[in-house]
Amino acid sequence: MAATAPLIRVAPPVASTARRVLAVRVAIVLAVLAAWQALAMSGLLFRDVVPPLQAIGGALATLLGRADFYANLGVTAMEVGIAVLIGGLAGLAVGIALGANRFLSNAFEALLLYLGPTPKIVFLPVMIMWFGVGVGSKIALGVLSCFFPVAISAAAGMREIDAVLIRVGRSFRASTWKMVTSIYLPAMRQPVVNGFRLGLGVAIIGTLLAETKLSNKGLGYLVIQSYATFDMPRMYALLIVLFVLSIGVNALIGRLGRGDRRAIA
Amino acid sequence: MTAASLRRSRAPARLFGAGVVLAVVVALDALIRAGAVNVFVVPLPSQAIAAIPRIVAEEHIPLRFWQTSKEVLWAALLLATVGIGAGVLLYRVRLLRLATETWVGALAAAPIVLLFPLFLVIFGRSATTIVMIGFCAGLAPVILKTVEGLAGTRPVLLDVGRALKLTRRQQFWKILLPAALPSVFVGMRLGLVFAMINIVGVEYLINFGGLGQLVNDLAERYDLPGTYAAILFVVLASVLFFDVTERLERWLRPHR
Repeated sequence: MAATAPLIRVAPPVASTARRVLAVRVAIVLAVLAAWQALAMSGLLFRDVVPPLQAIGGALATLLGRADFYANLGVTAMEVGIAVLIGGLAGLAVGIALGANRFLSNAFEALLLYLGPTPKIVFLPVMIMWFGVGVGSKIALGVLSCFFPVAISAAAGMREIDAVLIRVGRSFRASTWKMVTSIYLPAMRQPVVNGFRLGLGVAIIGTLLAETKLSNKGLGYLVIQSYATFDMPRMYALLIVLFVLSIGVNALIGRLGRGDRRAIA
Repeated sequence: MTAASLRRSRAPARLFGAGVVLAVVVALDALIRAGAVNVFVVPLPSQAIAAIPRIVAEEHIPLRFWQTSKEVLWAALLLATVGIGAGVLLYRVRLLRLATETWVGALAAAPIVLLFPLFLVIFGRSATTIVMIGFCAGLAPVILKTVEGLAGTRPVLLDVGRALKLTRRQQFWKILLPAALPSVFVGMRLGLVFAMINIVGVEYLINFGGLGQLVNDLAERYDLPGTYAAILFVVLASVLFFDVTERLERWLRPHR
């Protein structure tokens, strides 16, 4: 009984902190919504630049009820999916090769590190030349965006693998494929998941930006169409959907990574 | 192993890497000349390299570079004041930090640059739109790293401050901020990298400003060697920027 007493005393402050945190969050959200609505009604800004909340809510409901939204969402999801598949797998292969071989790492990794954070969108004219104005150029830009974070994370993860595991694999005379699938990948799961998480984020951005520049389908195209027709409530609705989707997918993969870590532990 | 001997041991690999890049360029040149690759899709690498002095002279590269640099500097100023200020506020008000830190983290994962059409409506097709996108894109890491740096101050330093009866203000300026500075600078560097990427990207997308606009201009004129040369120039400028900020960070964090 004596051992449980401190736990009973500690629990209420933690619960009360959680309640206060929730209260602060609710207060912030309400304050932002109220300020937004007040700004929309004040007429201080041009009409529709800050539309009232009911207009945004209505546009959101209309958007989510339209079949063409889902068709465009499907196009963007397909482009991003293919981009992550190609760019991620290529990045993984390059990362494993660089992480496993010190000579190759010294030869090429600096290129990866320096080219990784360059603005990929400027490569869009080249991608359009190579793959056309259709979905090909958007996928290619997504591939280019996704490749670098996955490759850099995989190379770093490869170097962190316990040398004992690698020696065990070699002593069993495991083939390269067996080493990759049974030792390297399971041991570097966390950095690879993180790399894919980053890669997915930048692939989404790359693909959507390419759609805003030159496209006739996809969510990026819908955003720029809303801008061109000055349909601000629809643009806000689209941006809300895009932000929720991007943050949600990112959180989902992050949770997957954390789940993996718990499983390993 | 000393730094000099490490560099020497890496030299053959670096030479090999440079050689492979050169070989790829030469092979591409040969394929284009042989007609295997369409010259109207990929210009001769020699033509792209030869276009560099032309675009430097004709497209006012120093001016464009200065325009982009100015936008990055403005974004940096905003990041330093708002980002670090917000980080300090979140550190000081624990409840606010608990309530909003995950939101700031989520902001880092959000595709902020997609707000550019919205910012175009609010600020017009101007440098303000570009600076604001750069600022918003770089804000999350600055806030998070500032909070991390301040929260990571060694308790013994805070105890010394309390023992010396420092005021809250003195404790901040004499203990907390100097202790958090390396982490704050990491945040600033990350924020600036995000800001710079987004600034050049939005310049390209809205066809306004410095280096990003140059790529768009040349592509719209179908000046292929010029477009490739401009992209090369953007990449080189980015690499230079990252290298300078990395060296600055290492200089500020010599113990790492």
